[in-house]
Amino acid sequence: MREVELLIIGSGPAGLCAAISAASSGAKVLVLERSFRPGGQLIKQTHMFFGSESQYASHRGVDIAGILLKKVEEFGDRIEIMLNATAVGFYEDNVVTVLKGEKEYFKIKAKSVICATGAYEKSLAFPNNDLPGIYGAGAVQTLMNVYGVRPGNRVLMVGAGNIGVIVSYQLMQAGIEVVAVLDAAPRIGAYLVHASKLARMGVPILTSHTVKEAIGTDCLEAAIVCEVDDRFRPIPGTEKRYDVDVMCISVGLSPLNELLAMRGVEMKYVAQLSGYVPMRTENCETCIPGIFVAGDASGIEEASSAMAEGYLAGLCAAAKLGHVPADFEQRREAYLKQLNDLRSGPVGDRIRAGMKISQL
Amino acid sequence: MRITEHPILTFERGKELNFTFNGQPMKGFEGETIAAALHAAGVKVLAKSPELHRPRGFYCAIGNCASCQMVVDGEPNVRTCITLLREGMRVETQDGKGKIE
Repeated sequence: MREVELLIIGSGPAGLCAAISAASSGAKVLVLERSFRPGGQLIKQTHMFFGSESQYASHRGVDIAGILLKKVEEFGDRIEIMLNATAVGFYEDNVVTVLKGEKEYFKIKAKSVICATGAYEKSLAFPNNDLPGIYGAGAVQTLMNVYGVRPGNRVLMVGAGNIGVIVSYQLMQAGIEVVAVLDAAPRIGAYLVHASKLARMGVPILTSHTVKEAIGTDCLEAAIVCEVDDRFRPIPGTEKRYDVDVMCISVGLSPLNELLAMRGVEMKYVAQLSGYVPMRTENCETCIPGIFVAGDASGIEEASSAMAEGYLAGLCAAAKLGHVPADFEQRREAYLKQLNDLRSGPVGDRIRAGMKISQL
Repeated sequence: MRITEHPILTFERGKELNFTFNGQPMKGFEGETIAAALHAAGVKVLAKSPELHRPRGFYCAIGNCASCQMVVDGEPNVRTCITLLREGMRVETQDGKGKIE
């Protein structure tokens, strides 16, 4: 069985920053990535990020992946990224079982583990929601921005949060018609700057609307939408039909952290963080010493906070393994301050409340 | 179904590859997934559900949801949204859970 010092599961923004941070302190790191390329979901983000310079604001996500991977290369002798490798089990004594490709299955034993497994897109319940042509908004983003393939010709976007409006705009950049964006909530959840771009392009954003049903035999052909009242109940007689071959579901993300639950880490349902999350300390350490969490796996936020959490978790995990840099406390405080800043203001209210509930 | 002009991105496609979908000859590019190549060719139905045999396409494109599992070179349950296309691949619609040959 292969033994490693620090195992990081996931090579998205949190995982890569954790690896860079830990390696810069002197730890030897193995990163597992289930896709055939590193970078997680950064690789499909063609919009510029907000935030501050320390989280690469005003860079496009796809370029940030490149910047981080270059930093990883600088620690070439201390960081190994294993691609096509899915962590499928996490057992006592920190044994992680890995499926590499479709054939190889083996165990890895780690002294310390950082779980940076990210999130998955939620679905929405309505008749025929399983028809091909109905996709996660992020999936469509991957298809068009990474592979340059059109998802279809006419799109209905369900969800007016940041992902919904950003992907709608990106669909239009790729020359695809977006017939409408709808959201069950009475107001647009996305940042105004993103929503305004869409409104200027003439795309209607329908608040207090939901999908009643999808229509199609082999693939999506149309969607019936309707208005909802203030308790989200459909209002009869308000149905509208849109002839679309694509529907994007953008109703939020859920943390992906079953591995931690399997390992026996204390979990808690925290609505503000969008699902079950591990209880953890300020330093991102769970109730099991040496097991850390970073990024969306610890609660849904943005890529900027995922990076700051990754740096913090990497620093603290390495320190626990005996790699304590001279400027440990300054660095720790700097990352905590970055996180504080990112979660400040009214937009961060929910996150701050969620953090309080999930704190050990 | 391929995007040719884009204000931000340029798509550098790899070498052209030949593969088959349910026995039909198809073309895709090196560096793209099986699901992306099929979608570019207009194929959206990748599988049939285990109980009611309803059509299934991809959903998450990150290898998480199992909606895109197909039979590839005789092997069932291949996550085609994160599996790269290779020259000569035999890709087939998967009906239900799939069997080991």
